[in-house]
Amino acid sequence: MPRLALTSNYATAYAVKMCDVDVIPVYPITPQTTIAEKLSEFVANGELNAEIIHVESEHSALSACVGASAAGARVFTATCSQGLMLAYELLPIMSGLRLPVVMAVPCRALSAPISIHGDYIDLMVARDAGWIILISSCAQEVFDNVIQAFRIAEHRDVLLPVMVAYDGFLMSHTIEPVEVPDDENIVREFVPKKREWLYLDVDRPVTMGPLAGPDWYYEIRFQQVPAMRNAYKIVKEVAEEFYKKFGRKYDTIELYRAEDAEYLMIGYGAVWGFIEEAVDRLREKGVSIGGMRIRLLRPLPVDDIASALRGRKGFIVIDKALITGMPVGPVFSDITTALKIANVDVPGISAVHGVGQRTMYIRDFVELAEKGIEMFKSGKIPRESIYLGLRA
Amino acid sequence: MSQPVIKPFKSIKELPREEKFAPGHAMCAGCGAAIAMRWLNKVVDDNTIFVLATGCVEVTTTACPYTAWLRPCIHVAFENAAAVASGIEGAVKMLQRKGMLNKDVRIVAVAGDGGTVDIGLQALSGMLERGHRVMYVLYDNEAYMNTGIQRSGATPFRAWTTTTPVGKVLKGKLQWKKDIDGIVLAHRPKYMATTTIAYVVDMVNKFRKAYEYSREGPTFVHVLCPCVPGWRIDPHMTVKVSRLAVETGMWVNYEVEGGVFRVTTRVPKRKPVSEYLRLQGRFRHLTDEDIQIIQKYVDEQVERINKMVGETVIGPVVKEEKAEAKA
Repeated sequence: MPRLALTSNYATAYAVKMCDVDVIPVYPITPQTTIAEKLSEFVANGELNAEIIHVESEHSALSACVGASAAGARVFTATCSQGLMLAYELLPIMSGLRLPVVMAVPCRALSAPISIHGDYIDLMVARDAGWIILISSCAQEVFDNVIQAFRIAEHRDVLLPVMVAYDGFLMSHTIEPVEVPDDENIVREFVPKKREWLYLDVDRPVTMGPLAGPDWYYEIRFQQVPAMRNAYKIVKEVAEEFYKKFGRKYDTIELYRAEDAEYLMIGYGAVWGFIEEAVDRLREKGVSIGGMRIRLLRPLPVDDIASALRGRKGFIVIDKALITGMPVGPVFSDITTALKIANVDVPGISAVHGVGQRTMYIRDFVELAEKGIEMFKSGKIPRESIYLGLRA
Repeated sequence: MSQPVIKPFKSIKELPREEKFAPGHAMCAGCGAAIAMRWLNKVVDDNTIFVLATGCVEVTTTACPYTAWLRPCIHVAFENAAAVASGIEGAVKMLQRKGMLNKDVRIVAVAGDGGTVDIGLQALSGMLERGHRVMYVLYDNEAYMNTGIQRSGATPFRAWTTTTPVGKVLKGKLQWKKDIDGIVLAHRPKYMATTTIAYVVDMVNKFRKAYEYSREGPTFVHVLCPCVPGWRIDPHMTVKVSRLAVETGMWVNYEVEGGVFRVTTRVPKRKPVSEYLRLQGRFRHLTDEDIQIIQKYVDEQVERINKMVGETVIGPVVKEEKAEAKA
């Protein structure tokens, strides 16, 4: 398989092209723009037979996605940050209408003050809108996740939209080697167009998005609960099939040097590279530590997280998102909830880093681990996040 | 631009009889928008997909598990009917090109005045600018009737609404009705028309033209639809009020086809605006001075239109003289 030098945004565009997407409503926002540009280029050169709708806002982008998907087309879009917030209204509508749209989210900080740089606060604000969320950690995975996303979204037992998230700039604009099949048909065989969702068909008219009173709303909305349960299973099945076809293995979470580790450092997105390197350095010093990353944020893989942490002496979560009013980071909250559900009692420390793309150093992670382990040993565990990289 | 070949209906007897808008919906007795929807559905064919903005028509016709729509229909949100329609049109185009759809599917968006002139204006502008092949119908009842009669950009000057109450200091809406037609025309749509439900033949012919022209690009029909609870009128007065809107010059039925402006309902003898205003509870508080201000405004509008057309299509106000004879 040939290797191309691609940014994560270009990896997204290549994957979208290979999946033979039909409609792409899109509105530019930094750092997503190069996806829209590359896809427009593919269409302008006749390499991709898709209708690009250059809408006048993200709200209209997601609205047009609803329309196009409801009309039976395979639909892709991409946005982040302010754009994701503007389009937020459509997120629960998309999942409520059970439309299998795939959206790339190169995550970016939120205003105010305005920042075009990367962190995950936009995704965290949008994580409970009923979308499946895959977080990628390298450009290759972005490419692979976009392809898998269409299979997951369009699976008849799922029929939910999927966000493929990754770090704005740190990934969206940095070039990595990506294996891209020469033959698009290999990808197209993997994501055949079965069209098993309910769509607007003049031969079998339906009314979509009706008014539902207290006697109907709950049951209709509840159908997303089993769909999300199924999504967990299908994410794993699709990953397994993907491995057989493309030779790259994915799961809901990923572990690094964790087998015998007493402690785990946990992150998501590009932070994973920092964690792996920090674990190596700590292991050299004889520290019993491993790494874990969350690939599937929604549905939260509760059992996988709990079994990965069972029996450890402690864990540290690095959230690249600043939430206030809750003393800990968003994914730290998710993980502690998972542990509580599974009745696993392991102490944890919440840390926040990389906010608004504040520079992260590997030594920050090494120092955090060493300090954290001291805290676990002394039993003096902080009741609120440790804010790394923050000037005093 | 190629002119669609449609023979216009000459009288009410020629209008299609088959009902395509199911009865049993929950629209108010005497609802003007219900009349518009009934005739709109008679005009379009079965290969039509409807897009509804949130509003009176949507909530009253799609109450789960029932629907009044015999054609595929989708409601998404308040402000985005035009954007949803754009997406459907893109999908139809691409699915046809890829051989996944072999029917001539057409798209009609339906939205109220709030969903069009206020919150939906941006999406509408985008759709018009991009040239999507969509027919857009604005049923204008001149306020947020569905949420309980709050003022919109389309609410007329001095009208009472629940957010422009008649108080001790402020009485009714302080601003004039937004000129949505001017805004739409600035986008140069393939076809654009205004009409109102009392003139059924005029309305139906405009629906047909807009539907045909939407094969080439966006079209827009603005229908004035009296609202029984919002305008504070009796249910049996809907058609009369609609007719008086035209007879007083408060509303002008026209169309812009191939860039040519044409008044479709000539009014040789205009009635004073008071005849229109005095029938409606929402204008009950108006003083003679208020009415004079409105009369002056309408006179100026009429003069402007006559000048534009180059002849007197709307005549001067003729007072009294058995004005009520026909009614």
